[in-house]
Amino acid sequence: MRVPVSWLAEVTDVDPAASAEDVAAVLVRVGLEEEGISGGDVAGPVVVGRVLTAEPEPQKNGKTIRWCSVDVGEAEPRGIVCGAHNFGVGDLVVVSLPGAVLPGGFAIAARKTYGHVSDGMICSSAELGLGQDADGIIVLPELLGAAAEGARPGDDAKALLGLEDRVVEVNVTPDRGYCFSVRGLGREHAHGRQLDVATAFRDPVVGVAGPAGPGSRGVVLADERPVDGRPGARRVTARVVRGVDPGRPTPWWLRRRLVQAGVRPVSLAVDVTNYVMLLVGQPLHAYDAERLDGGLTVRRAREGERLTTLDGVERALHPEDLVIADGEDGARAVGLAGVMGGASTEVSSSTRDVVLEAAVFDPVSVARTARRHRLPSEASRRFERGVDDAMTAAASQLAVDLLVEHGGGTAEEGLTDVGAPAERPTIALPVGEPARLVGVDYAPERVRSLLEQVGCAVSGGPGAPDPTGGAAASDAWSVVPPSWRPDLLQAADLVEEVARLDGYDRIPSVLPRALPGTAGAGLGGLSPRRRAVRSLARALAEAGLVEVASYPFVAPERADALGLPEDDDRRRALRVANPLREEEPLLRTSLLATLVDVLRRNTGRGADDVALVELGSVVLPAADRAPAPRPGTAERPSAQEEAAVRAAVPHQPLHVAAVLAGARVPRGWEGKGRVVDARDAVELALLVGEVLGVSLEAVADPGRAPFHPGRCVALRVAEGSPAAGSLVGHAGELAPRAVSALELPARTVALELDLEVLLGELAGPPRAAAVSTYPVVKQDVALVVDAGVPARDVERALRRGAGPLLEDVRLVDVYVGEQVGEDRRSLAFSLRLRAHDRTLTAAEAAQVREAAVATAAQVTGAVLRGA
Amino acid sequence: MPDPTPEPAPNRDPDPVAVSPTDAEQVEAAVAEALSAVAAAGDLDELTAAARAHGGDRSPLSLANREIGALPGPAKAEAGRRMGQARRDVAEAVAERRAVLEAERDAAVLVTEAQDLTQPTSRRPRGARHPLGLLVEEVEDFFTGLGWTVLEGPEVEAEWFNFDALNFGPDHPARQMQDTFFVDPPEDGLVLRTHTSPVQARALLDHGAPLYVAVPGRVFRTDELDATHTPVFTQVEGLAVDEHLTMANLRGVLDAMAVAVLGEGTTTRLRPAFFPFTEPSAEMDVRCPVCAGTGEVAPGAARGAGAGAPSAAEEDASTRTEDPAGEGVPCRTCGSTGWIEWGGCGMVNPHVLRAAGVDPERYSGFAFGMGIERTLMFRNGVEDMRDMVEGDVRFSRQFGTEV
Repeated sequence: MRVPVSWLAEVTDVDPAASAEDVAAVLVRVGLEEEGISGGDVAGPVVVGRVLTAEPEPQKNGKTIRWCSVDVGEAEPRGIVCGAHNFGVGDLVVVSLPGAVLPGGFAIAARKTYGHVSDGMICSSAELGLGQDADGIIVLPELLGAAAEGARPGDDAKALLGLEDRVVEVNVTPDRGYCFSVRGLGREHAHGRQLDVATAFRDPVVGVAGPAGPGSRGVVLADERPVDGRPGARRVTARVVRGVDPGRPTPWWLRRRLVQAGVRPVSLAVDVTNYVMLLVGQPLHAYDAERLDGGLTVRRAREGERLTTLDGVERALHPEDLVIADGEDGARAVGLAGVMGGASTEVSSSTRDVVLEAAVFDPVSVARTARRHRLPSEASRRFERGVDDAMTAAASQLAVDLLVEHGGGTAEEGLTDVGAPAERPTIALPVGEPARLVGVDYAPERVRSLLEQVGCAVSGGPGAPDPTGGAAASDAWSVVPPSWRPDLLQAADLVEEVARLDGYDRIPSVLPRALPGTAGAGLGGLSPRRRAVRSLARALAEAGLVEVASYPFVAPERADALGLPEDDDRRRALRVANPLREEEPLLRTSLLATLVDVLRRNTGRGADDVALVELGSVVLPAADRAPAPRPGTAERPSAQEEAAVRAAVPHQPLHVAAVLAGARVPRGWEGKGRVVDARDAVELALLVGEVLGVSLEAVADPGRAPFHPGRCVALRVAEGSPAAGSLVGHAGELAPRAVSALELPARTVALELDLEVLLGELAGPPRAAAVSTYPVVKQDVALVVDAGVPARDVERALRRGAGPLLEDVRLVDVYVGEQVGEDRRSLAFSLRLRAHDRTLTAAEAAQVREAAVATAAQVTGAVLRGA
Repeated sequence: MPDPTPEPAPNRDPDPVAVSPTDAEQVEAAVAEALSAVAAAGDLDELTAAARAHGGDRSPLSLANREIGALPGPAKAEAGRRMGQARRDVAEAVAERRAVLEAERDAAVLVTEAQDLTQPTSRRPRGARHPLGLLVEEVEDFFTGLGWTVLEGPEVEAEWFNFDALNFGPDHPARQMQDTFFVDPPEDGLVLRTHTSPVQARALLDHGAPLYVAVPGRVFRTDELDATHTPVFTQVEGLAVDEHLTMANLRGVLDAMAVAVLGEGTTTRLRPAFFPFTEPSAEMDVRCPVCAGTGEVAPGAARGAGAGAPSAAEEDASTRTEDPAGEGVPCRTCGSTGWIEWGGCGMVNPHVLRAAGVDPERYSGFAFGMGIERTLMFRNGVEDMRDMVEGDVRFSRQFGTEV
């Protein structure tokens, strides 16, 4: 809502010394956030001038300029070049003299142009920030009408035109619909200055009343289908003004205020309705009485009904839309109630008789219609937030008065006024409630007085006589909120009014103590899960990965680029109904799907060696998902309802994914470095398990997109954990086809793991075994196996065969060549043996080694090399 | 191992003179010869040769020593003392000389082994955390320090948790102000959560009161990505519900959080506002850390704390402002208001407590939410939101593992 400071000052006491910034600061105190301040951006000498001569001078470029002599109240007239032609000799105009600065920082100086020195500028409305359309040079009597009388050359035009008036724009929160008016802002401004509204605020509707009797145009409320049981119209008034002179313009000051408030002037009748709406917050509509057939009927739209609205758009109406209709039984819809009028009954340049409608419509009904037709309007914005239903007739009268004053004509004696203001709720406010919620010990009389400032009627409470003769009544006030505050419905709402009028800055700062056990049952601090994820993020960063966080939105084609099979579960993704980018409507089912874009962005910016990691959730909808119910909120939902809501939320496991390309060890003076390969991905995947305390094992997996079939492992939970064998994810090199489809660096490697299994397996504090101080015995074995036997199988067999004396086993050499034969390879392992209670003898060590080799031979067909 | 052949040494006598153990002069001469040979040894090999020549089994002194056993009584004792002294003198000299030569050799080895360790290596390149995650952890640590619990919730959320349970009526304008991403079809009642607040409802249903929780997480609104907006961003939410909690307690927590996250001396203020799930509601502002609340910064220093040279655009801006040197220019971090909007907060609306089965007459509570991206911007001088979302490694590397 934009309000000129001068207009605000008409309804409320603004400090005469206050700047627009000061006014905004006062409004901020009571909760109206400043959105901006505009206007007042004309500086320097801008004066009234009289055109003495204006010689047309045709130019080579085809234009004709005029070389003018203008009296600006100085001893000599000034010579000014002007390109416009809508003024003549003798006209009073506005002249910016050298030194003046116009909106947009446009500085005026004497300058040579078209062979003259132009000593200033004759101004248009647009150049002075008075209007959007450059409708030529301002001729003061045309613009100002009577207000231009008495203006003389040399007078300060800034004062004459109100160019120094500034406009404060505030953001109005959805609970304060009444602040979409100068009236509401005026009241709030008085609150912000902590002034008594009774003296500082002049309510524009107080003392204004419409006539009592019914008017000539009837109103029928015929809502057969109320939304949620509330009728679409609570109160509708109609008033007829006849004989308005269509040639009469809207007065300058009124148009000026509309422009300042951001509303485009149209015609007197429309401008007046908009002006009253801005002043008091009551939307009004003006019909051409001649085009309106009989009275108004308020009803829901009929099946298949269509309406062309004022913006020229023909709209198919929905049976829930509330319409204003005319004719027999409301046969024809002539407006979308509370949203926009219809074209068929619009006032025109020939309209002489006007029917003014002022009404209060149901917020929900209006909100739905405005949303359904994507037609938010100044009217709908106010109705959605609630319009004061006690001022309907007064607002109508304000508009009638302006129309009659500036357009001539006569207002009909009667006013049709159907419906009635809503019943106001009576809210019980316990005396201690403000202190209980705010922590400030407000005196009871202070609470009462602040609520009365807001406009509430307060009865009962301390010291009040109890009508029932009991003592209980003095513990609470009975508060009836004012008609313009439909948002005040419960005690907490009243507490906010008390706290905000008293000032939030009066609230002290007291740090509460969350005693052990009060953080929530079974809660406290960081969960083991959260701690584990932190450790993991840290470990991966230390391992050389840079953490990123990509958006979860993906294109359907991404699944093809990744090479996912048609029946892959990862193709079953949730779709966003209103995606930001139409081409990316899906929610990712894997982190790699979006992480690869970040890799490409980095390489595109010249990075050669990139190692990225993301920790984030993916969305895995069930194949047969049910809609989420929306139980009522008056009380806790039933266990069944709650379970159904929770069950409808899809599974969103936390994943970790990494992509690496380029060098793992960069080239340097020490050597060529080392290019990243699939083993880096495998090692990092195993590190994830290690950090989380769940050991993983890598098992060759040829069938997992987007990985290279020969360079991919599945990661499974290793033996010894309750979840042993559970699939955790995959690591390896990306398939060449995926790499080229995604335009990634060749040989990009990656991993993606589902952390939920691992986080579910978090062990408690580790148990420590005693550390043996007896000496270690080292034994090396070289085993020859078929080339297809995984090293991991051989190692496992060695471990099993060696038994508990084996401290560690490590693969130390892999040999392929003539000495071991075709399709065979030699794997050399180093075993470390140690007992916890004695020094091992050479014989014992040899025995362990033999047992290990025997098991390896049995399980994998391994043969001792050289044997 | 075979004995190494002794290197020819200058004082090695190929034909040693026989020494008698009873002849003091001969012994002395032999000792003197030995000492001079030891002293003359220039390196350890020469010393070894000299030691063998003068103290070895076949050296004159050793040979003489062997003859002692055959001597008669008194002469035997005297010769024994003489030879013992002589051999000790030689052995000591050898040991002393060896120590000197070994020290010299060790020193020489260290010189030859010297390396230029200033040559840079990158054998184990380090990565980096994302600063948003690090900042979230810092905020979490603040709350766990207060004894609160950190909870999380799902990003795709039931509309009921995101809106209904938080007192957003189905047609209330506030529901529109959230710019919600709906899951298709919208009738299914799933949204990308617009705030972390649905976890308030989940936590109250799960744990009841009393409850003190902080909730970090990613949230979504349909804003186009630009320098100051991102459709996916990070919030930290706080919720405390207990008997006797007031807005003063809310303020106490916010003040302490501001100090913990933004540093000593940071102050906050509350402004009345509206949120469906709190009543009374407030916006919380923090005093601008860049201009210290003055709304002005020194010319050329219009950037956030810790920033480097001004960008071209700023150079441009500072030339446009035509302020005489020494006068301040408007602070761009806070739009010269001296305050930065930090988040929304308020006392939990009784409707929210009721929908979660908590008695609003017995319990009261407060809640607040704060944007991490925005905080990172003014706390760490990040000028463009896009740097946080694009994942350029050069951005995160500036932070490493601390923010």
